[in-house]
Amino acid sequence: MSSQAIVELKGVNKSYGENHVVKDLNLTINEGEFLSVLGPSGCGKTTTLRMIAGFEQQTSGTILVEGEPVEDKEPFERNVNTVFQSYALFPHMTVYENVAFGLKMKRVARNAIKERVQEALTLVQLEGFEKRLPLQLSGGQKQRVAIARAIINQPRVLLLDEPLGALDLKLRKQMQLELKRLQKRLGITFVYVTHDQEEALTMSDRIAVMHEGILDQLDTPNRIYDFPATRFVADFIGESNIFDGLAEPQEGGTISVVTETGRVLCRGTSGFTAGEQVQLSVRPEKLRFAPEPKEGFELQGTVRENIFVGTFIKSILLLSNGQEVALTSLSGQPIPEVDACCYLFWEPEDAVILHAHSQEVWSTIANVDLSDFTPEASA
Amino acid sequence: MASRSAPTSLRKRIRRKTPLLTMVSPVTVWMVILIAVPLAYVLLISFCSTDESHHIVFAFSVQNYVKLFDPTLLSIYGNSLLIAGLSCLISILVGYPFATIMANSSPFKRTLMMAFLMLPFWTNSLIRLYGWRSILGSNGFINSVLQELGLITQPLELLYNHFAVVLGMVYVLLPFMVLPIYTVILKLDHSLLEAASDLGARPARRFFKVTLPLTSSGIFAGSIMVFIPALGYFFVSNLMGGGTTQLIGNVIARQFKEAFNWPFGAALSIILILITLILVRAYTKTGGKMDDLGAM
Repeated sequence: MSSQAIVELKGVNKSYGENHVVKDLNLTINEGEFLSVLGPSGCGKTTTLRMIAGFEQQTSGTILVEGEPVEDKEPFERNVNTVFQSYALFPHMTVYENVAFGLKMKRVARNAIKERVQEALTLVQLEGFEKRLPLQLSGGQKQRVAIARAIINQPRVLLLDEPLGALDLKLRKQMQLELKRLQKRLGITFVYVTHDQEEALTMSDRIAVMHEGILDQLDTPNRIYDFPATRFVADFIGESNIFDGLAEPQEGGTISVVTETGRVLCRGTSGFTAGEQVQLSVRPEKLRFAPEPKEGFELQGTVRENIFVGTFIKSILLLSNGQEVALTSLSGQPIPEVDACCYLFWEPEDAVILHAHSQEVWSTIANVDLSDFTPEASA
Repeated sequence: MASRSAPTSLRKRIRRKTPLLTMVSPVTVWMVILIAVPLAYVLLISFCSTDESHHIVFAFSVQNYVKLFDPTLLSIYGNSLLIAGLSCLISILVGYPFATIMANSSPFKRTLMMAFLMLPFWTNSLIRLYGWRSILGSNGFINSVLQELGLITQPLELLYNHFAVVLGMVYVLLPFMVLPIYTVILKLDHSLLEAASDLGARPARRFFKVTLPLTSSGIFAGSIMVFIPALGYFFVSNLMGGGTTQLIGNVIARQFKEAFNWPFGAALSIILILITLILVRAYTKTGGKMDDLGAM
């Protein structure tokens, strides 16, 4: 992947009075990538996007677009375009006039405008809609016009603020694929703000997970799913069983963790000291039933429910300390009956171990741009 | 079968609608007495004439409407339209920025500005116009200050001209322009302005391409509410113009108060009402809402 930085945020903070919305954000967006900014509402993701677009001024820090600081540039001077959450189509203009707006502002010749508007409308499959007013369009069509309008100026970066939020599920799925295809075809960098983890996982090259104004993790969808950096990420993306406990590093690179319900095992990286409070995140599909106690595991649960979900069965288990955990197994595999007591385990490398205070630790670590470190360099 | 069920359904309908009728009818009666009957009477007598002792003669004739095309009257219409148009234009030029600033202010400042706009309304407009006379008069505030400063030797003639009438009109009618515009600006979706900036529109172009077209309904509503009264507010032209400026309103007032030719005054009034209706129709045709006109 070409990794020329096109947008860089360096130590960016944004406060509204007492309200610290974005905290020390360091984020490098590479040219041509599809980067999602993912987080629950109020995590600062939209504010971040608006700062890149120029609608909000950061309280401190620097934002670079194409290597140049943009603090002093007004939105109309920035080479980025935005697709707004509510589409923000000009209601008094036809589809054609809406799409042509950006070119008219740049005083492009009339013939060229006509050609490029046609091109853009073809790209979003809206030929023949030129004379309609936004009022006469469906949600999906409005969305397409908004996209055509935003890409007409051929921006280097397209900012999308939950663009599919108002569409129904089926249309949203379809638009996801179309957007991804469009991005590949145009080669424009997409910065895509969403609160929908599934959307982020399916579309993105990389995901930036934000939580309470802090960038928790920036990585590929795969790695974010398999190696969540914080408890929040583990919980927010996909489903996770979280176990609290104390670390006891063992010989041979494994760590035994003493939880309320007994010992469990995981593969440990360095950096965990004996007696340290840790959390383990285990995906439901990694948790397994064992016919007899597994070595290193003292984990037992009672089956509360077995739910048939098509290709797999989801079992809800109650641990002795009252915690509920989820376990999924493929349909057709033998599973214990409801109310049966059974042993549980996982392969040590399938559990992700986290510092219990990882939130604080990571907010300081995040100030160092980790994306520059490769495994080879640190080895 | 339908005919057999008709009487019962009619009775049912009356019973169902009775509560509604009792609620609405007092208002209806009120409106009929205060608005419909007087208007019908005006329309009726506009087709009548008077005898020598100024009594209304109820014999159908269109002579009042023919008299409307008298050359002297035509020049008064022209003058009146000019004054009203000018008042309207100045009200827009003053009222639009005012409404914009008000809509973009903090709630406290908004309340304050609204108070400044509305408080004078609690005083009779005649008294307020007398206030202007004492400012603009030959011994008034402006002239005394300028003379004190030695900038002029003779008092300037600030009163008793078109300028003074237009000033008075703008002063009295400005809130009617500001409020509809303010309402529209307040409702304007801010993301549309952001979208315009995002697409490369500088502030001036953004204003003319997006803001102005989307707030034009407020300007139109305000214009109707300034233009129509400005045709008729004879007391403004009396006080500020001192008889130099004749409006349609002055002519109508004179027919009723001095010439005692009520039928002719009625015909003039009907014309004024027709102009109003045409303008309101044009307003609703172009997408304006009646509610915004009644915002006051």
